[in-house]
Amino acid sequence: MNTMGAMSSMIEVLQYPFMFRALVACILIGGLASYLSCFIVQRRMSFLGSGLAHSCLGGVALALWLDVEPLFLVSLFSVFVSMAIAWTTQNTQLEQDTSIGIFFSMATALGIIFLSLRTQYTGDATTYLFGSILTVQNSDLYYAGGFCLLLGLLFPMWSRWSYAGFDRDLAQADRIRVKRDDYLLHFVLALAVVLCLKVLGIILLAAFLVIPAASARMISKSFTSMTIKSVAIGILSSVGGLYLSYVYDLPSGATIILVQSALFIGIALSMRLSRFG
Amino acid sequence: MNQGNEMNQALAIQCRDITLRIQNQPILESINLAIPSDRFLSIVGPNGAGKSMLIKIILGLTTPNTGKILVLGQRPQNLIPCDVGYVPQRKAFDSRFPAKTEELVLSGKTHRWPFFINSQQKHDVRDALSRLQSEHLYGKSVHELSGGELQRVFLARAFIEPRKILILDEPAAGIDTFGESDLYKILEDYRDDTKALVILVTHDLEVALHHSSDVLLINKKQIAFGNPPETLSQENIHRAFGHSMHEHHGSHE
Repeated sequence: MNTMGAMSSMIEVLQYPFMFRALVACILIGGLASYLSCFIVQRRMSFLGSGLAHSCLGGVALALWLDVEPLFLVSLFSVFVSMAIAWTTQNTQLEQDTSIGIFFSMATALGIIFLSLRTQYTGDATTYLFGSILTVQNSDLYYAGGFCLLLGLLFPMWSRWSYAGFDRDLAQADRIRVKRDDYLLHFVLALAVVLCLKVLGIILLAAFLVIPAASARMISKSFTSMTIKSVAIGILSSVGGLYLSYVYDLPSGATIILVQSALFIGIALSMRLSRFG
Repeated sequence: MNQGNEMNQALAIQCRDITLRIQNQPILESINLAIPSDRFLSIVGPNGAGKSMLIKIILGLTTPNTGKILVLGQRPQNLIPCDVGYVPQRKAFDSRFPAKTEELVLSGKTHRWPFFINSQQKHDVRDALSRLQSEHLYGKSVHELSGGELQRVFLARAFIEPRKILILDEPAAGIDTFGESDLYKILEDYRDDTKALVILVTHDLEVALHHSSDVLLINKKQIAFGNPPETLSQENIHRAFGHSMHEHHGSHE
């Protein structure tokens, strides 16, 4: 397929409403996840992304059992687990990974119980395990759009979160309320996980919240440029992955992650080679 | 000394009967301190004496269990960040956070991590770095700075705004590009220029004796506070450092 052909087939594809929704979803969640991934990578919280994604299973299963729209219940589970992890980390001597391990297992265990209570077919749970971009509805796009707007309004937090990430004592000495800011970061992360859930699925979500910033870190000398590059990588790889998944008829979430992984490995190798060059 | 009930607002730092315990371990006991501006205070004590914790209390990062402290007439938590310059103990930075020299220096003025640096701010940063003959460090990643260079960058960060109190937590001794006598000369000049209170945390008795106007000697408890020769008497040093400092004894006679 030549470039022109690819372009015209891309435009053709977008005539389908579900593909158009998928593209918008990729741009939105690719952007918001990769923006937040900078803080996740920098604060060593990648396990938190994984933990929050798994705790969503509790909300999904409860919604399936009660036969209601999952978004609200999933958000509730995710936010609760995220806040519980933040609280435990700040108020006990436990390390964050310990409290993540406890709370995400708790939420997952609840999810398994809820699934077992459901007498009907539980196949739709796999949508959330592996993600399915074709199930994205207009309402999902509105939520994702609204959340991007919220992140935009919260942009002044970038300077506070990054300062505290660089050196907590210095930030605190400059009167930044680092604990309160941590709760806010956990809160927006919990919502971001929920918004990415339908596209990526529980299992792949953690990578989506890590790879863009990890790739950007290797080619950045400042946190500003790391953030900008991460968002660019996040959006481009999501759109690229979506396109490849359409062309080769592959699962979209997995294809996006593979595109990101390839990018990460490519950057890592070229950085290594250029050091010898 | 202040014996009345009212704390003296004019003093730069005043603390009375400060006690700090962490998990029931005594860290600091009955620290009493009153010092005006335009002084050079050395806080001296062995490792684990609680010197850094006292700094954290002064900066408002830790609240003492008992006692009262006023810094520039206020509770430390209410201090305006630009009034106090803080040069932390040298430590390795987290390499996961890519940071440039100019961002670190500018954070001393913006009190936030800068996303973008405008031309006025660039000028301010260069100006602060040039006061430490370190303009060449502009544009470097903080992870590639040597220990001495990092110390200069942190000082530039403190110098980018006029401070009323400047605190240095154990500036590393014998540093490569930063001649030690240079450092104390810079601090003495800074005090002369700004009439600020300069606080130096150190375990180097020579430095405390020769460069400071006042010395606070602690080892969890307050051993002595006052002018350097009296505070750093044989007996006081022995009480603070115990038998572990035999080799230091001779050097003060």
